[in-house]
Amino acid sequence: MWQIITNNWSAFLMGFWNTILCSIIALFFSLILGVIFALLEVAPPKFGRVIARIYVEIFRNIPLLVIVMIFYLIVPRFIVKLSGFQAGTIGLTLYTSAFIAETVKSGINSIGEGQMEGARSNGMTYIQAMRYVILPQAMKIVIPPLGNQFVNLIKNSSVLAFVAGFDLMYQAQIIAFATLKTIDTYVVVGLFYLILTMPLSYYMRYLEKKFAN
Amino acid sequence: METFIHAYSWIDIRFLLQGLWVTIYVSLISIALSFIVGLFLGLIRYMDIKKFRISAIVGFIIDLIRNLPLLLIIFFTYFGLPQLGIVTNPVTASIIALVIFEGAMLAEIVRSGISSIDPGQMEGARSNGMTFGQAMFHVVLPQALHNMIPALLSQFVSLVKDTSLATIIVLPELLYHAQIIYSQNTTYLIPMYVIIAIMYFIVCFCLSLTASYLQKRFQN
Amino acid sequence: MRKNKRIILLVVSLLLVLTLSACKKDEGNTYQQVKRDDAITWGIRADTRLFGLTIIRTGKIEGFEVDLAQALTKQMLGKKAKANFVTTTANTRIPLLKNHNIDAVLATMTITPEREKQVTFTKPYFPAGSSLLVPKSSKITSVRQLNDQTVLAVKGTTAVDDVHKFAPKARVLQYDDYGQAMSALKAGQGVALTTDNGILAGIAQENPGYKLVGGVYVNAPYGIAVNKGQKQMVEHLNQALAELKANGIYQKLLDKWFKGIPGFNVKEMN
Repeated sequence: MWQIITNNWSAFLMGFWNTILCSIIALFFSLILGVIFALLEVAPPKFGRVIARIYVEIFRNIPLLVIVMIFYLIVPRFIVKLSGFQAGTIGLTLYTSAFIAETVKSGINSIGEGQMEGARSNGMTYIQAMRYVILPQAMKIVIPPLGNQFVNLIKNSSVLAFVAGFDLMYQAQIIAFATLKTIDTYVVVGLFYLILTMPLSYYMRYLEKKFAN
Repeated sequence: METFIHAYSWIDIRFLLQGLWVTIYVSLISIALSFIVGLFLGLIRYMDIKKFRISAIVGFIIDLIRNLPLLLIIFFTYFGLPQLGIVTNPVTASIIALVIFEGAMLAEIVRSGISSIDPGQMEGARSNGMTFGQAMFHVVLPQALHNMIPALLSQFVSLVKDTSLATIIVLPELLYHAQIIYSQNTTYLIPMYVIIAIMYFIVCFCLSLTASYLQKRFQN
Repeated sequence: MRKNKRIILLVVSLLLVLTLSACKKDEGNTYQQVKRDDAITWGIRADTRLFGLTIIRTGKIEGFEVDLAQALTKQMLGKKAKANFVTTTANTRIPLLKNHNIDAVLATMTITPEREKQVTFTKPYFPAGSSLLVPKSSKITSVRQLNDQTVLAVKGTTAVDDVHKFAPKARVLQYDDYGQAMSALKAGQGVALTTDNGILAGIAQENPGYKLVGGVYVNAPYGIAVNKGQKQMVEHLNQALAELKANGIYQKLLDKWFKGIPGFNVKEMN
């Protein structure tokens, strides 16, 4: 097993790097999108609520792989050329943002109407109240569940393997074929994933406990 | 538009429905089995059995599985299990992989669900003469399950969506059948993705609706 | 007491490991096993026109290799013997063979020295060679023009090495099957799709906007693969293959699938 690592070190490293890069980019943009759609869903205008609802339901109920395939095979023909890495990252961003929107929404709802009313009666506008009173508290509550979404995101980034995205899983398949040591290769790749996900999920559990007290 | 009409000929639709049936069939079996596994493992983890450090070991294994991509677990069950003498085909390999992965995810939901119930309930039931098992199954678990419904159902929706990953080991499910159709006639690419997106959406959305329905019913 | 528990735990886990490793299937003799079962389980393709392709109308897989597998099974084990089929892709076929999911691979598999370290091949049954498929409007005529270009291939094939022999700077993207690779070519993810000419001819037949170019740049004859060291199985397969060639069935199958396909001379292939 050690040989597999040393012989294919650069391939593993490239996959590792691409998985990290994809996860960070997708996390950044899905956080932004997720918060926007969560805000639309709790805001008074009906139009925004309907749009946000449709967006969330679509991306929550269609498999990630199907979304990524659409961006890889269909979008390039008509709109803009996308590489496997780009298509995968975009698909992952949209998919995750729906889950983040749900999480953030439930965080905002848990803050309670009273806070909003209090802030409004102190002369704040709706946006100010949301920005300075509700959202900061909500974000604190949702940090552990958001962390779990991030762990899921890292795991889900393995769909890049289907679209030649040069992530860890893609490299694993290539190495597994080249060396024909299938199981050993996947064990090594599993360790690489655990390096990323394990500390994160233990940290989130620690935070959860800390907030609970 | 004409492409769409041709693409949705009965032959193609029937082929897709065959794929959809495999998706649903694999999902239902996996949901049933992973729920049992998840409940069992979640209880072990919650009970914190000190003997042989069972709970600690089970907990660590659950954490390991939860932190690995499902795709990797599918590879392990399809390529790895046969090396232990268990010959798998794509259907059994997918079901085993889904049960292992989703079972671990559900175990965590079950554990936190039970933990969220006030410990006083357990103590009260025990002081009324119930055994631990009776108190757990008649008092604590029903309430915990009620609280868990949304989380459980969204995990089941994930499971249905995750079956699509098994195309990589040639499980003949919906996405794989769509890929066969559009790879033989590439003008059908868009119609195929449109219709399978709709099919997945309907199945998953129905599950989500069931979740909110169940939750409302339990509240009354 | 505590110490005792640890020892018990250690012993139990050791036993578990031992039983698991004992379960590991012994290699056995494939030929004796298929003779006993009166059936051969073949690993075939389901995504490759002419060789093995799922027919949407029936859900069955049809192609040259499926027919050949049927004929070989009957030739080897008698008329009543059964040929079972398992769909494989280029990156699953060797693990499945090593795991005894299948007895033999008849799935457009090129005989290469690297693969011979893992599996044992029969004599070639089809004289394939690597070629290129490009859109009709493409200016590419040779594999050497692919430097600094993106080429599409399938995971687990010899394509990457073959391309890099002639165009070391080509960037190769690999997919799980030919359907996906062709869809990617249509989506403009690369300038050419490379694999064996027989497979490409099948793809070109159903996609009129595409053509084969560059001729055969690496010879890559297909062989039937069985598990490493299964000499008896290989001998019987070779014998059955020779018999099929002698009695004309092989030629009949070639004619059935490859007659009139551009780039093939069915007479020359024997």
